[in-house]
Amino acid sequence: MLSRTAENLYWLARYVERAEYLARTIDATLRVTALPAAYIGKTNEWDSALLTAGVAASFYQAYEEANEHNVVEYLSFSPNNPSSIRNCIEAARLNSRSVRTALTSEMWDTINSAWIELQAVWSKGTSTREDLAKFLRFVQETSLRFDGSAYRTMLRNDAYWFSRMGVHLERADNTARILDVKYHVLLPEEEHVGGPLDFYQWSSILRSVSALTAYHWVYRETLKPWLIADLLILNDTLPRSLASCYGNLVRNLDQIGVAYGRQGPAQRHARGIRNRLEHSNMNDIFQHGVHEFIQEFIADNSRLGEIITKQYLI
Amino acid sequence: MAVAFDEMNIPGGDLRPAYQELARWLKETPPEALEYRRQEAELLFRRIGITFAVYGDSESTERLIPFDVIPRIMSGKEWALLEKGLKQRVRALNMFLRDIYHGRDILRAEVVPDDLIFQNPVFRPEMNGQHVPHDVYVHIAGIDIVRVDAEDFIVLEDNARTPSGVSYMLENREIMMRLFPDLFARHKVAPVERYPDELLSALRSVAPQSASGEPTVALLTPGVYNSAYYEHSFLADKLGIELVEGGDLIVKNNEVFMRTTEGLKRVDVIYRRVDDDFLDPLTFRPDSVLGVPGLMSAYAAGNITLANAVGTGIADDKAIYSYMPDIVKFYLGEEPILKNVPTWRCREPKDLAYVLDNLGELVVKEVHGSGGYGMLIGPAATKATIEAFRDKLKREPEGFIAQPTLALSTCPTCTASGLAPRHVDLRPFVLTGSKSTTIVPGGLTRVALKEGSLVVNSSQGGGTKDTWILDE
Repeated sequence: MLSRTAENLYWLARYVERAEYLARTIDATLRVTALPAAYIGKTNEWDSALLTAGVAASFYQAYEEANEHNVVEYLSFSPNNPSSIRNCIEAARLNSRSVRTALTSEMWDTINSAWIELQAVWSKGTSTREDLAKFLRFVQETSLRFDGSAYRTMLRNDAYWFSRMGVHLERADNTARILDVKYHVLLPEEEHVGGPLDFYQWSSILRSVSALTAYHWVYRETLKPWLIADLLILNDTLPRSLASCYGNLVRNLDQIGVAYGRQGPAQRHARGIRNRLEHSNMNDIFQHGVHEFIQEFIADNSRLGEIITKQYLI
Repeated sequence: MAVAFDEMNIPGGDLRPAYQELARWLKETPPEALEYRRQEAELLFRRIGITFAVYGDSESTERLIPFDVIPRIMSGKEWALLEKGLKQRVRALNMFLRDIYHGRDILRAEVVPDDLIFQNPVFRPEMNGQHVPHDVYVHIAGIDIVRVDAEDFIVLEDNARTPSGVSYMLENREIMMRLFPDLFARHKVAPVERYPDELLSALRSVAPQSASGEPTVALLTPGVYNSAYYEHSFLADKLGIELVEGGDLIVKNNEVFMRTTEGLKRVDVIYRRVDDDFLDPLTFRPDSVLGVPGLMSAYAAGNITLANAVGTGIADDKAIYSYMPDIVKFYLGEEPILKNVPTWRCREPKDLAYVLDNLGELVVKEVHGSGGYGMLIGPAATKATIEAFRDKLKREPEGFIAQPTLALSTCPTCTASGLAPRHVDLRPFVLTGSKSTTIVPGGLTRVALKEGSLVVNSSQGGGTKDTWILDE
């Protein structure tokens, strides 16, 4: 397939995934901040929402204070934030338009309808909490529909694999960023472990990667920080865990390698990361330092993005 | 202006046979039901994203072409005549182009004046002596046809460069079949859906000799911002070929390749929807970013087929148009089946004098214009516009032709005040491959939605209709 087509499919999937992640982040933050102050402590949850989205620096150039109004506006609708939900959907539509031939009509319809709704219904943003909840649901449903129609309608060939790689690379990045911002509340040596404060922080982390229910099914335990870290980093049954993302990335890259009859640096690099995740356990990671581990992972993950681009997309 | 030919009603109250079933259906269908389906159709068009861009229109970059749900119907007999005429015309166009870029018999025989060719900006000296596979220059032609009476089909314009609109022919049918299954059940409508297959086999049949057994065809588009981008992606999809932009192609050793995830892959035939001027910055406009550097040398080396060929503009030029009946006779020794609109060539003093005296009744067109831009429709123009045109004509008479204002035929059309006759034209698409010329029965019917208007161009407020050829 054309390199440009592969690139567009890859980025299209990334934009949709990112939009959903932002919607989840806002949703989780709204829940936490709705609690009485005694339950959430002194941290500014809206500030950490900006951090997990990776846009804190640019935000503070435009706004003074990280409060609900400003952060929701910036993450959802701001035309000046290149990865606001609105811009993600706009970019996804533009990418779709240039690769329409590689999309199934169901996928195109999902993106095009979302784009039409964005303009028709959400062009002025949201004014009430109710509106905002509707908007966030709309974004998440768009992503679900997109994923579902890709899964159900695309041929299983390179187009599908490039698109899936976009999803998993972006997803791994998002999960790692949450861990990076919140790692301190997961550290076992913190004094107030198990206090009500942490409980809500922890459930908020899980909620933003839609893993709150999954946690209980997997561990059948009350929320424990090291188990949360285990779930998000090493448990490959959770679709948003780093291990699961890398299992998929390695598989997709192998499928491409087989179809094209050759492997390259992207396959090797992805396998390296996957192996490291496979051979780690939470004890080692905590010994080594969660923060360092995550930082390394984020750097490795973005390096894989660069390698894939070089090997296939240009 | 004469009374327009009504394609549905015979003066006196009777219906033409092709429309009888439709008329019966319309009588049985309440207006609300029709209105409901009209809205459904619009929704479908928007959802599928069948839009086009209007240049210079900053308000909305993507617009829908209005679609009228009342089909335009022609009998099989009428179509048979039209089809014969179209094949004849396109054969002549191809022979003319081959001649102009090779022996030039027609110029020696003084059927067409030299200067109309050599001083014409769309004449491409690069094509002199250039071989094109099977001598096909115009693989895809869109011939604009109008009717003024029951007997004749008149060619309004030949489009031999990159004619567009065929996606509307196909999508209009798709949507009509979805929304009006009952109406189809009552008619035998000849299908149009084999067009993409026929186009692909025509394109494959003209692959260069150096191509492998399974030639690779690609569609070259200027990109998402082009007004016909939807059509480009639609066709690439239906044909199952790559939709490429200039940046996806690269020329190496006079061969054309596309950049793929598996490395470079050779391309043999390019169905290009990029104008000559932008094809190759090394040969034509150096500022073009839409083209492929070196494409013309690969073309000269015979390693790539461009469809349509470079330089076909010389055959659909409006100044050449007036010579088409003579061109048909010259190459084929036959009487033209399709008529031409009588045309005054303003470059000839006698004609110019007549045109200047009768501006109020004539349509004046720029020789190189298209899309309905830059024309004067005398009967509809204000005094001031006419005077402004008079100055332009005097200054540059060779830039214009004039024609009588035709009373284009009318078809029943949905309007705010119910069904009413509106003027229509028809663009059938003629495909020429190595062995045969084929035409899918039908084409794109364009309709002037404003009462009395004769301008059917989508850029000027025209709409489209599904075109039914009855398979009797």
